[in-house]
Amino acid sequence: MTTAPDLLRPDSIDRAQAFRIGRSARPSGWLIPVAAGLVILLAFMPALVSAGDTSLLVNVFILLTISTMWNLLAGYAGMVSIGQQAFIGLGAYAVLIGAIHGMEPFTVIPIAAVVCAVIALPISVLVFRTRGGYFAIATWVVASTAELVISSITSIGGGTGRSVPGLASLSPSLYGHITYWSSLAVVVVSLAITYLLLRSRLGLVLAAVRDDEDGARAAGARVMTARRIVFMVAALGCGAAGALLAVSQLQVQPASVFSVQFSAEIIFVTLIGGMGTIEGPIIGTIIYFALQQNLAQHGAWYLIIVGTVAVVIAIWLPRGLWGTATRRLRFEFFPVGYHVLPLKSQKKPSTPGAGATQPAGASDG
Amino acid sequence: MAALLELVHISKRFGGVVVADDVSVSVEPGEAIGVLGPNGAGKTTLFGMISGDVRPDSGEVHFAGHVVNRLDSAARCRLGIGRTYQIPKPFERMSVFENVLVAAQQGAQTRGPESHQSAISTLERSGLLDKANRSAGSLGLLDRKRLELARTLATRPKLLLLDEVAGGLTDPEMHELVAVVRAIRDEGTAVVWIEHVVRALVGAVERLLCLSGGTFIADGEPRAVLESPAVREVYLGTEELAIEGSV
Repeated sequence: MTTAPDLLRPDSIDRAQAFRIGRSARPSGWLIPVAAGLVILLAFMPALVSAGDTSLLVNVFILLTISTMWNLLAGYAGMVSIGQQAFIGLGAYAVLIGAIHGMEPFTVIPIAAVVCAVIALPISVLVFRTRGGYFAIATWVVASTAELVISSITSIGGGTGRSVPGLASLSPSLYGHITYWSSLAVVVVSLAITYLLLRSRLGLVLAAVRDDEDGARAAGARVMTARRIVFMVAALGCGAAGALLAVSQLQVQPASVFSVQFSAEIIFVTLIGGMGTIEGPIIGTIIYFALQQNLAQHGAWYLIIVGTVAVVIAIWLPRGLWGTATRRLRFEFFPVGYHVLPLKSQKKPSTPGAGATQPAGASDG
Repeated sequence: MAALLELVHISKRFGGVVVADDVSVSVEPGEAIGVLGPNGAGKTTLFGMISGDVRPDSGEVHFAGHVVNRLDSAARCRLGIGRTYQIPKPFERMSVFENVLVAAQQGAQTRGPESHQSAISTLERSGLLDKANRSAGSLGLLDRKRLELARTLATRPKLLLLDEVAGGLTDPEMHELVAVVRAIRDEGTAVVWIEHVVRALVGAVERLLCLSGGTFIADGEPRAVLESPAVREVYLGTEELAIEGSV
């Protein structure tokens, strides 16, 4: 009968050291240069495309930011919220309030994001008392309540809203450029935070919670704390997106920035792209805007086609486009898992005779 | 020596069913205890009250000098109470390695390379190292049970609560698992083991408790407990007590 080796016995440690822990099944050293190149290319876009296309890209980045945050909430932490517009709206109003008090609207964007993350803390205490479908409704109620409260404050425009002061003084091209670069910065930072968070200890906890919450607790994971951090990060991202909305639309209206329409778009984008993958919302956002650009002039047909795409993917590709592709190809742009890789040099030290297929020089490693 | 775990006048009822009736028991550091009892005797609920999944109606749970009644199962795990579930709860979409790594990082609060090392060692001793990169959802029953045990071990428990790890396994598989549990016990980890397969228990524990109707009806040396009239009466007509083939 085999006896289990003692953890403290040196031979066990030696065996254990014969492994290397990698973060992806395939080498991924080319990823950072490619991603950096793409970001630099995008940064030069205002010089390459028309102002109309630039402002379209701003909308793409806003939707991608909020979808990435919703994906983090629902796809990774299992919290299906339909109330992220609460933070989009509050972020937009933070810019408006800051601008009314004489602050430069663009510099308020990071402040708005942080304010939303702070507000998310007490809100999390409230909505975390609920689960599943009730959680979804609770977040919606919070968003509607926020809209009602904001609408009742006349100094910031009440129900009709106000235009954001301080933007008219900029030249149109400078305003367009700064808006574009701000939104590019927000989406890049949002994706980077999501990626780093998922690769961290917290990311591993989230994956465990997603699979089995009781099991995660039994393994010592502080489930509530993990959820709370994710909820606050999602509020941070949505707040930044809302702030971008305020500067890009030049005005803030409660019915528009607190619209539940955002939740519908977020869910569509994330589900067709692939929930629970970082790549999913990226693919989903591209498809959403491609459909919108090509079909919007057909009125009702546009909605029918968008609805059909959603239904077809929900039925035949429940993991979404990227979720399905990544399973087939075993490839990820953003690897967040772990892979145990044996160290080749120590692979078969006891069977030198069997090494006939190895080149002779391989043994000196 | 101070007891590692002490249950003090614990009571619990679900509706009209009493599953723990003023139970008091203590476990010394390094002690290996088996828990027997017919279905519905309250064994798993008792584990739940120790691990933090179930709240007792009254009474106190002491562990390593703390009253842990108000702590949730994650906090108790970090204190050193490790628990396996009768039906394994693997993180299905994560790899086997990741399953154990999260326990090493959260339960045992290790970081970076130390946590990787700890996960690898735990997998090796549980016989799962060659399946480290497989997804946990693709494992068969024996490997799921191994993983459940490995994940709990990775939290570095002072007290290991095993809930029917041998159930549903073939004899050779069971022997292999018993060997792992023995090795854990030999390292000084206290083990409390609920098991219907009595012959798995007898070889691995030095003390046996029999729970029936929410109270311990027997407590002592395994063979003496199995032969006691009270235990015989509870198991009358069942063949589960046949220990001829004991390990």
